[in-house]
Amino acid sequence: MTRQLIKEVFAGEFRISTLDDAVCIDGSLTVTTDAYVVNPIFFPGGDIGKLSITGTVNDLCMNGSRPAYILASFILEEGFAIDQLHSIVSSMQSTAEEAGVQIIAGDTKVVEKGRCDGLYITTAGIGFLPGGIHLDAGKIRSGDKIIVNGTLGDHAIAIINARQQLGLTPAPESDCAPLHEVIRILLQNTNLKFARDATRGGVATILNEICDDTGLGIIIDESSLPVKYSTRVLCDMLGLDPLYLANEGKLIAFIGEANDDLLSLLKTYKYSYEAAVIGQCTNEVKGVFLRTILGRLRPLLMLASDPLPRIC
Amino acid sequence: MCLAIPAIVVKKTHNDMGIVCLGGVEKEISLMFTPEVRIGDWVMLHTDFAIQIITEEDARETLAIFQEIPPADQREEKI
Amino acid sequence: MNWNRFRQPDLILKLIGDLTEYKKQVKFMEVCGSHTMAIGHWGLRKLLPENIILISGPGCPVCVTPATIIDSLIKLKSVTITTFGDLMRVPGSHQNLEQARAQGCDIRIVFSPMDALKISQDRETIFIGLGFETTIPGIAFSIVNAAKNNNQNFSVLSLGKLIPPALDALLDDKDLKVDGLILPGHVSTIIGMMPYEFIPYKFGIGGVITGFEPLDIVLGVKTLIENLDHPRIMNEYSRVVRPEGNQIALDLISEVFEITHAQWRGIGEIPDSGLKIKSKYADFDAFRKYDIKTSDLEENPLCLCGNVLKGKILPPECPLFAKTCTPDYPIGPCMVSSEGSCAAYYKYER
Repeated sequence: MTRQLIKEVFAGEFRISTLDDAVCIDGSLTVTTDAYVVNPIFFPGGDIGKLSITGTVNDLCMNGSRPAYILASFILEEGFAIDQLHSIVSSMQSTAEEAGVQIIAGDTKVVEKGRCDGLYITTAGIGFLPGGIHLDAGKIRSGDKIIVNGTLGDHAIAIINARQQLGLTPAPESDCAPLHEVIRILLQNTNLKFARDATRGGVATILNEICDDTGLGIIIDESSLPVKYSTRVLCDMLGLDPLYLANEGKLIAFIGEANDDLLSLLKTYKYSYEAAVIGQCTNEVKGVFLRTILGRLRPLLMLASDPLPRIC
Repeated sequence: MCLAIPAIVVKKTHNDMGIVCLGGVEKEISLMFTPEVRIGDWVMLHTDFAIQIITEEDARETLAIFQEIPPADQREEKI
Repeated sequence: MNWNRFRQPDLILKLIGDLTEYKKQVKFMEVCGSHTMAIGHWGLRKLLPENIILISGPGCPVCVTPATIIDSLIKLKSVTITTFGDLMRVPGSHQNLEQARAQGCDIRIVFSPMDALKISQDRETIFIGLGFETTIPGIAFSIVNAAKNNNQNFSVLSLGKLIPPALDALLDDKDLKVDGLILPGHVSTIIGMMPYEFIPYKFGIGGVITGFEPLDIVLGVKTLIENLDHPRIMNEYSRVVRPEGNQIALDLISEVFEITHAQWRGIGEIPDSGLKIKSKYADFDAFRKYDIKTSDLEENPLCLCGNVLKGKILPPECPLFAKTCTPDYPIGPCMVSSEGSCAAYYKYER
């Protein structure tokens, strides 16, 4: 629905022809903006502050840019606890340092109690695209392989457990992480054509968007999908599919070819140690398909709305 | 219409409640429909209630049916 | 207890290969929405030989719940509504619960009736008690718990429905021709085998209580085929289902509920297929407490959900399917729920 809203309302009025998370200006300056409204504000594996930095860094680095600067704007609900704010800001700074970015400017507004959920953060990010790098979905070809850097669905499960107070122990953790290094490894060691972080809507949504944009088909291999055992079991319990769940530290990369050396290298880095080739692009089908463990192809459609837990 | 998953009982607490482990995480649930369950038993879990104890013996028996099926061309009786 | 043993591809494919020996056309009904989803998820419908047809039945409690319930709930002021996620996007006449929540109604998704009880500690709360026999014992527990603690904040909208009477009504329809039933594994965990015993006697067909893993489902189909000449009720899911069911759960259901006639959306009234909270627990009956009434919304005359729910047609045979009726814009009940037959077909079988 958000994508539809963007297409119908914003893209038309603002005369934006593409719907990318980040835009490169004059071939070297990449900019992005995003808003963070996660609830709960603190969750296992992170908080809204960390998320605002990793989210921005990841939007910037997906086109190969080096993330450099972040501007952060805060909307605070009146009475928001100062110690919590300290904790969030500190988290932002440590995440920024890990990602090699500087937070250089900001703004703060306080609104009356009840007018926002504690705290919202909006960021603008600036990165620099090195010469010679031009990642583009238009470069994807039939036969290109699809890689993810680790296990799917962990962030969504962490948030659902925290929000619904399911009482899982240990509480599942979000995979919230900056991906600039993963992109660098891919750029330096393979023919990387295009990458996108698999946030809201999960891997299945991104793959459908790529199919829409390129006209190619995609076949994903169910037995290759990296999913934590706990995530799989919890998805079974809640009636959810990890392919449609949000991640905050996972990207999908389309590469010319995958080899064991690349995977071995990815596995040496903490945010890609469970990297896997999950499928490939093809002209044999239209749209996204999953090859089940029984060898059948079944469609992986785009969902219009976020998946909801169910008991039936 | 009824999602239920297997989970192992790791603790029995008070008031017919207990702790199960599913996929490496633990959760408090109600054992009121399976009061005879013992720690180490597997149960079928539906919305925070254990609705039955799973018997490993029956699980193996079900699987044994498959393991014993010879390939189609070697079967003597036809369906 | 390695559940993955029931997902071994080589065993499943070997078993399906064996089924090719059977040449006659047969039609089996998978009663339960979770079976429809599992069959779709694993791609079993197309893997089975073409002469073995699986059709979906009415086992989707969301699909068969009157949509006017949504309207009645949204109208309530100053009460927190708690519901399983399944109901959030079911359209009422103007909006669904998710949209109402966006406009300020206090509507919360819960995973369990116990979560609803916790929420009711400090606020007036209705729990939407939707489901079949698998879910009803937990709902009964919540009512007994509220009564024990004199928790006057808590009430349940009793929408539970019973499967065996629905099967009786369905099979009574001469237009429906099925050769056997894949019976719901988790409902049967509660009710056991006895409530289905009338089926072979009255209708001359058998039923197999079946689990939800792909190996279970294929074994269920095989068992039905092997017993076509001597139809009876069988239990493939013996690792979970006892012949006698779960007596504690059944006793609790009887303690709290009495059987009543119920409206099944798309099918009509089915005698003795619903549950009403007994008068001794009237304080916790949301229907009484808030004087909630339900009626059927007028369905789109082109919608063939009734025939889909009764297993008379497959979803693609409805003129609205995948054209004007889609999961994003559902018209009929079979599309509104993510495990409704039409939604499952849309997602998995096209």
